[in-house]
Amino acid sequence: MNTNAATVLPTLAVEHLTTRFASRAGVVTAVDDVSFSVAPGEVLGLVGESGSGKSMTAYSLLGLIEPPGEIVAGSIRLKGRELRGLPERDWRTIRGNRIAMIFQDPMMTLNPVLRIDTQMVEAIHAHRRVSRQAALEAARSALGRVGIAAPDERLRAYPHQLSGGMRQRVAIAIALLNAPDLIIADEPTTALDVSIQAQILFEMQTLCRESGTALIWITHDLAVVAGLADRVGVMYAGRIVEHGSVHQVLEQAAHPYTRGLLDSTPAAALAPAEHGKGRRLQQIPGMPPSLADLPAGCAFRLRCTRASSACEQLPALQSPAPGHEVRCFHPLPQAPR
Amino acid sequence: MPLFVLRRFIQAFNVLFVMSLLVFAGVYAIGSPLDLLVDPQATTEDLARAAAALGLDQPLWVQYWRFLVRAIGGDLGDSFIHGSPALGLILERMPATLELALVAMLIAVLLGIPLGLWAGLHPESIGGRAIMAGSILGFSLPTFWVGLMLIMVFAVQLGWLPAGGRGPTAEVLGLSLSVLSAEGWRHLILPAANLALFKLSLIIRLTRSGTREALQQDYVRYARAKGLSNTRVVGVHVLKNILIPIVTVVGMEFGALIAFSVVTESIFAWPGMGKLLLESITQLDRPVVVAYLLLIVVLYIGINLIVDLLYAVLDPRVRIRRTSE
Repeated sequence: MNTNAATVLPTLAVEHLTTRFASRAGVVTAVDDVSFSVAPGEVLGLVGESGSGKSMTAYSLLGLIEPPGEIVAGSIRLKGRELRGLPERDWRTIRGNRIAMIFQDPMMTLNPVLRIDTQMVEAIHAHRRVSRQAALEAARSALGRVGIAAPDERLRAYPHQLSGGMRQRVAIAIALLNAPDLIIADEPTTALDVSIQAQILFEMQTLCRESGTALIWITHDLAVVAGLADRVGVMYAGRIVEHGSVHQVLEQAAHPYTRGLLDSTPAAALAPAEHGKGRRLQQIPGMPPSLADLPAGCAFRLRCTRASSACEQLPALQSPAPGHEVRCFHPLPQAPR
Repeated sequence: MPLFVLRRFIQAFNVLFVMSLLVFAGVYAIGSPLDLLVDPQATTEDLARAAAALGLDQPLWVQYWRFLVRAIGGDLGDSFIHGSPALGLILERMPATLELALVAMLIAVLLGIPLGLWAGLHPESIGGRAIMAGSILGFSLPTFWVGLMLIMVFAVQLGWLPAGGRGPTAEVLGLSLSVLSAEGWRHLILPAANLALFKLSLIIRLTRSGTREALQQDYVRYARAKGLSNTRVVGVHVLKNILIPIVTVVGMEFGALIAFSVVTESIFAWPGMGKLLLESITQLDRPVVVAYLLLIVVLYIGINLIVDLLYAVLDPRVRIRRTSE
């Protein structure tokens, strides 16, 4: 899983991205100094609870932050090209074309009053001047690639005539239409049955490997990340608190928050303990803080058992192992291997 | 779909029947038209003869039964005043009213939807606020006053447009219309604008609130994420969703425009159905009033049917429900 990141130009390199919203409660920093990169064909899992800034990171990458929100700092480079500060006209040539996005609930995102063919053809016509026939042909083949049988029939359907899994496949097919460099998937399988979720995860992984498309998979579900991602970033209160390979983050978690998340997943409790009975699920004490009212320093310190007075300062990223970064003064000790 | 239309027709006949009963009884209750129709100096014998000739000597249910039997044959009775068939009198005036209502509705829709969209897209801008302020004025100013002001300004002060009447008309397929000549338009535009003002305000507000709501929806964000132009997002994704409530209201308001443009027709001396209704009521011309109200019922049912069919075009989810019904 070691991508030689030094030699390959990353598809997307995000540095110190900071997105703020002016609200009545004051200025909220939804994305705070976030840096990561994704290589071609690589899958990055972005994990966090609701309100941790995952989705806002995604919208920032697509230039979809609208006033009163604003990207105030950092850079977003797609294949070396700086996207931040592009005029709207240029952003439009990126969205859906070089960076495609898949949303959580396809019932809400596919327009209910437009047929699937309309919604697919317009996605092509927004970026390429081709005949309607050619666009329909591309749509048909994209539906075939995501495993939809009888694509012609589906093309003439309206979203409500398809099942949830089918709708999400259509959304994935739309994302594939313009062969993007990067796909951002925002909890796309959360609303689906577990069996369909597994199928779609597998298909996405295969499609991205084959085409060299980089994939950012946003989720709160660590089990999904374990099966899908090459690398993982854990977000808390707008910051990435831990970042590394899937093995490093899930098995050698260094940040107390990551550890807490891992202990609170059912998968961890399912592993049989001594007497064959499941373990009791652990919880992280307290609630995620409101972004409008963050404690100074480490945002997790009020819920953290390892916190000390040092944590009132913001910890810098430190690296317990190559490729593994953690933003904590008191990282968990690494088990010797 | 044919089943649906058939069911609507049966429903329509039921409504017509109930409506005819109510209207007939209501008009009967207002009073006898004899006192107005017959010379005050007439003898009791004269009165009785007149009553017998018009069938007014019979009890209500007999009168209604006679009316009903003839109505099924398509005859809604003769006007007491004019002596000619009531329905014919109304239909004669109908093109004038239809034309006026249609032009007014077109003004309201063609201006209202773009203005409402704009106000919905830029709710905080000066233009958006001005549009909303204007629509509040349009809502609250009484129609008759606005009509008088329009006449004051454009006919009296500026002398650009005639103050009333219909002007010359051209015959097309047996209908006499004003919209075919420039002179006809000069007569039409003031009353049409007067009628349109309230509907325009309504459509602006409806479109604006619909737009603001639609913009919050995920499908709009998704459409943007696909890289669609703003024109496409607003013109297709937003508009097609908000058209559904707008079509409903436009349909209902159109019926109201045709049926009850009485005030505007009076102010501008527009020879339409509204004026006829007003005259018939003051003269207690029962057959015309009854025929008029029944015609309006038919009109409303027809418009509602069209609106329902339009729903199916606009909203695929409605189509499904209906076929599975």
